[in-house]
Amino acid sequence: MAETTLLEAPSATGASTAPRWRASARHAVGVVAPGTAVIYLSLLVLIPLAALSVTAFHGGSSAFWAAVRDPESWAALKLTLLSALVVVVLNTIAGTAIAWVLVRDQFVGKRLVSSLVDLPFALPTIVAGLTLLTLYGPDSPFHLDAAGTRFGVWIALAFVTLPFSVRAVQPVLAALEREAEEAASSLGAGSPTVFRRIVLPSLAPAMLSGAMLAFARAMGEYGSLLFISGDRPFSTEVASLRIFGLYENGQNNEAAAVSLALLSLSLVVLLLCGVLRRRLTRPEFG
Amino acid sequence: MRRLFGRFGLRTTVLAYLALLVIVPVGAIAYRAFAPGLGTAWHDLANPSGASSAGFFHALILTLVVAGIAVPFNAVFGVIAALVLARHRFPGARLLDAVIDLPVAVSPVVVGLSLVLVYGRAGWFGGWLAARGIQVIFSIPGIVMGSAFVSIPYVARAVLPVLQEIGTDQEQAAATLGAGPWQIFWRVTLPSIRWGLAYGVTLTTARVLGEFGALSVLAGNVVGHTQTLTLYVGYLFEGNLDTVGADVGAVILAVLALCVLAVVSLAGSEKGSPSWLSRFARSPRSSRTSSLSTTSL
Repeated sequence: MAETTLLEAPSATGASTAPRWRASARHAVGVVAPGTAVIYLSLLVLIPLAALSVTAFHGGSSAFWAAVRDPESWAALKLTLLSALVVVVLNTIAGTAIAWVLVRDQFVGKRLVSSLVDLPFALPTIVAGLTLLTLYGPDSPFHLDAAGTRFGVWIALAFVTLPFSVRAVQPVLAALEREAEEAASSLGAGSPTVFRRIVLPSLAPAMLSGAMLAFARAMGEYGSLLFISGDRPFSTEVASLRIFGLYENGQNNEAAAVSLALLSLSLVVLLLCGVLRRRLTRPEFG
Repeated sequence: MRRLFGRFGLRTTVLAYLALLVIVPVGAIAYRAFAPGLGTAWHDLANPSGASSAGFFHALILTLVVAGIAVPFNAVFGVIAALVLARHRFPGARLLDAVIDLPVAVSPVVVGLSLVLVYGRAGWFGGWLAARGIQVIFSIPGIVMGSAFVSIPYVARAVLPVLQEIGTDQEQAAATLGAGPWQIFWRVTLPSIRWGLAYGVTLTTARVLGEFGALSVLAGNVVGHTQTLTLYVGYLFEGNLDTVGADVGAVILAVLALCVLAVVSLAGSEKGSPSWLSRFARSPRSSRTSSLSTTSL
């Protein structure tokens, strides 16, 4: 009995003072912290993007469409979307194969190769552009001059998006239980069947996650494309290069319109992929 | 036999793809930069023809100053945002979650342009800022803002899963023992998120040091004034001023990137994760999914 009162006494007195102080302090933190985050995001991201949208429609929606349908800008947007899709499909396949080798295969130097996969992410884009031009440009040691061609654009995009495709799949593959695969092959399934029926369905959501990251990156890429693409209108000029050109010309409204079109295009594709991924990850019953 | 061939075939193909895309290009530029000898390389970098001899060192210092401002700002914001998302329920939390990832889907050039449209001379706040004699665009504040914009998500995304994993038990225990919010943060929360925070800060630093697209819009590329290291390398190369100098600058930036990789992979092996990038490609099953797909990051 004495123990209970001893234990209860402080908390009874505390109930009148400390929790109230603590509650108000927590309340202050609960308001100040989200407030700070929102103000920071607004000043840095939201207000500038709002200004971009307003400027894009400066001359009304007809001016917006005129800027987007301008032949050079339209060609740039088409090239960007097409290249991003081509490269993302290629790198999702290559990335899954690389992840497979890094997880299931054993060889000398595997750790080094594994850490090199991150290099394109850490490397500044301008350095990536320079290195690729050294190797696949006019002075190419392999006599493989891709500068100024769409092939050059694809090489640069493949370079910068590779880490996303590999790293999204790798942990999921590492965590995959081998029992189901062993059961399937003991029941007579060949390795292509095992891969298609057992492994692929488990990897698909992760592959899609990697593809989404790679796509977002490829749509906006600038630095690594600057030199190797040659910036040729109607041929290798991607949207970000076109936007920069318009901005340098002082055509801010047109640049904002193309920017908004590019941003909307990538957000729409990402949104669709998100819906698809949710359907792929939905647990199957029965 | 076929199985054995298949395995070696896959390994060879994969390693060849990686070699052609990543390993050989980086090796080639290092060779080209240092082939004439270390002394020549250094001389070329510090005295490129046409540019002021102080250009390189100024660019290096400016890059460090910009990183020194942008990284702490983003670290503080990232921790606050992660705490808010993990510990508080409020209207708009999902929107905040989505907006944090937004910068990844925005082209660097678009980042630069948007900031010019707000903080530039003709921008929304341009008149107000000009009346007070504050220049943002083509000046250091603009460079810092562009660098901060592109690197916003990394700290928050590295810290958030750690916060969700550790839960609130220890924080509640500290609160019952009479600790205030600040005490709880410094003594309990911060020590448990320190590895996640270190990851995030390293990634943010890598992103800030390497930013080019946004800065080529924002900086105006004035030699010895608003030229960061990446802009300096691009300027040397584009103007065909001194390709060896550009190569050496590129190698210095690449070495910085390799240092970042080394730090991160050392810290990562401790946590048993194959890579820090995996944290960003979180699978929807293991995380709070939001209505906007950009949160896949």
